[in-house]
Amino acid sequence: MSTFLGMPAHAPRGVGHLRGDEPFPAAARTALANPQLRRNLEHATTTIRGKSGRVIAEVPDWQELRSAGSALKTYTMANLPRLLEQLEEKVTAAGGVVHWAADAEEANRIVTGLVRQTGEQRVIKIKSMATQEIGLNEALGEAGIDPVETDLAELIVQLGHDKPSHILVPAIHRNRSEIREIFLREMPGVDPALTDNPADLAAAARRYLRETFLSTKVAVSGANFGIAETGTLAVVESEGNGRMCLTLPETLITVMGIEKVVPAWQDLEVFLQLLPRASTGERMNPYTSMWTGVTPGDGPQNFHLVLLDNGRTAVLADEVGRSALHCIRCSACLNVCPVYERTGGHAYGSVYPGPIGAVLSPQLTGIEDNATLPYASSLCGACFDACPVKIDIPSILVHLRNQAPHPRAEKAAMAAAAYTMDRPRLYRRAQRAAKLTKLLGRRGRGLPPPLNGWVASRDLPSPPDESFRDWWRGR
Amino acid sequence: MRIALFATCLADTMFPAAAKATVHLLERLGHEVVFPVGQTCCGQMHINTGYQGQALPLVRRYVRTFEPCDVVVAPSGSCVGSVRHQHAMVARQAGDEGLAAAAEAVAGRTYELSELLIDVLGVEDVGAYYPHRVTYHPTCHSLRVLRVGDRPQRLLRRVRGLDLVELPAAEQCCGFGGTFSVKNADTSTAMLADKLQHVLETGADVCTAGDASCLMHIGGGLSRLRADVRTVHLAEILASTEVEAAR
Repeated sequence: MSTFLGMPAHAPRGVGHLRGDEPFPAAARTALANPQLRRNLEHATTTIRGKSGRVIAEVPDWQELRSAGSALKTYTMANLPRLLEQLEEKVTAAGGVVHWAADAEEANRIVTGLVRQTGEQRVIKIKSMATQEIGLNEALGEAGIDPVETDLAELIVQLGHDKPSHILVPAIHRNRSEIREIFLREMPGVDPALTDNPADLAAAARRYLRETFLSTKVAVSGANFGIAETGTLAVVESEGNGRMCLTLPETLITVMGIEKVVPAWQDLEVFLQLLPRASTGERMNPYTSMWTGVTPGDGPQNFHLVLLDNGRTAVLADEVGRSALHCIRCSACLNVCPVYERTGGHAYGSVYPGPIGAVLSPQLTGIEDNATLPYASSLCGACFDACPVKIDIPSILVHLRNQAPHPRAEKAAMAAAAYTMDRPRLYRRAQRAAKLTKLLGRRGRGLPPPLNGWVASRDLPSPPDESFRDWWRGR
Repeated sequence: MRIALFATCLADTMFPAAAKATVHLLERLGHEVVFPVGQTCCGQMHINTGYQGQALPLVRRYVRTFEPCDVVVAPSGSCVGSVRHQHAMVARQAGDEGLAAAAEAVAGRTYELSELLIDVLGVEDVGAYYPHRVTYHPTCHSLRVLRVGDRPQRLLRRVRGLDLVELPAAEQCCGFGGTFSVKNADTSTAMLADKLQHVLETGADVCTAGDASCLMHIGGGLSRLRADVRTVHLAEILASTEVEAAR
């Protein structure tokens, strides 16, 4: 007799950060009203776009690399169960302990329990999307454990009691004078004469973090890659703070989304070329740390790997949507997105903002909980062109819109339009009636929602005296 | 050549000048234009708003209407993009493999105007005259779905009297996006504001593009600003000659 293991579940409500408090259009409206935010984002995304574009142009086989990355991810998703079990076996053989977490609650419970076992009250953290996704910091806090973010931008967000707004640059919405104010207000032992010079700000963070690194015995990380063939985990970062966390503590706990597994060591050849150029615009990633289980006398002597599902299996079940799991978290799609550039990341309500967030978050939570996100795009296609693993984000957006719950009035209007469009004689009568829109005037006063959204900032076109088909008939 | 015109519902209803110009231009170049009257809409609005099921009859109508035609042209990158990249998908989603195959075949014979002129008819100088300062906005779907590249600019550069000025940040979306412009009106407007500023920076009298929809959006914004810049479809510029200019 076989055991029914249940249908793949979505990420549970009430824990983690995959759902916003309000629909995207409303959250975007708030963000758009902040001119400082618009300036910060425009400056930052333009800078990253330029830098990334220049280094990508240097690579003659960039398109082939993208295809290779896409093929590797497709293979991985098709063989996920086998690869994960292989990873577990290799990590275990190398002295690590593997835990399986079905969702955010289970992952938080596992990590909190592991920290408790050490008897420590504080952990240092490497910037990680998976732990942001599950709300691990809040769970640790409730258990009386103090998590300290060590990535500079993530530290700015944590000290500012703020939320990350970008996958790679979580404090992209802050400029240096805002960062100075946060440090002066929140950083223990900060020099009151701190300036907003970037080097001074970095030095202040370094002084604060160095003490923390040397006095904390447990670290929590995410993982960019988990190599099934060898059981090796990899973290890529730019500051070296991650390497401090990975080498100094006695205990290391890594939370990794199950889609981050890669089949073989050699596959990093492709991803380590794609990721830095697409994300930070660097030719080579500055700090690439890799570890395999436990090495006696060197580095953490206790290593735990928590494999996180939290809705990923549900995403995998959708033939069109599953390629969202190919994402390597480079943020290139955010940096080129005209919507993200105007609204910033908070408007998306999830730790995964921008185009990839608009396709990933609704699939992880179930479409009902993020019904407006698939519409947070003009379908301009810039994200697809920028994606280093060729995720066809616009097609997934259209696919998800077809699953999203629709407003009743819109449904009726769409049905009426389709009915008319499929009957040329009725269509011709409707065209003649379109002339009546002249009565509204170019400012269209009195139009009902959502059409009043158009005329708030745009005039209506004047309808012509005759349609093309009437002109053609009389020709 | 006998060329079937797919006018698109938007140009047919609201911007007939773009469709008429397509007819005049192709006839001037010595081709015969036909207009199959069974045509209405490609169904893109339904597909992109999440109503694929309702788009199915429209896809079927498009395929049946244009199946007998050797070459189809539309003055729209976006509608041709939908025909080429979405029609077969909608048919497959509905389990109609026969329609999907037919849709792929018709899509292979459907061209956006600048593609037809350069790739099929092999012409860059269409003999047009248009004495204005013009800036060109490459619409997202012509650029990133159809990959028309610089075909429209190549056509515009050969127009006598035309002063083509480059649009800053040209490849950024104008913010239209179909129902995006009403569902996310505020974000759409923020995108449009930047596009309008760039258009005004060029000092052009005319902003042109290959899509009536994006031009409706940009034109609606320019009109609200009382700006002295007109939006004119690419087909209208290419159809212009000394005769129209003298009128």
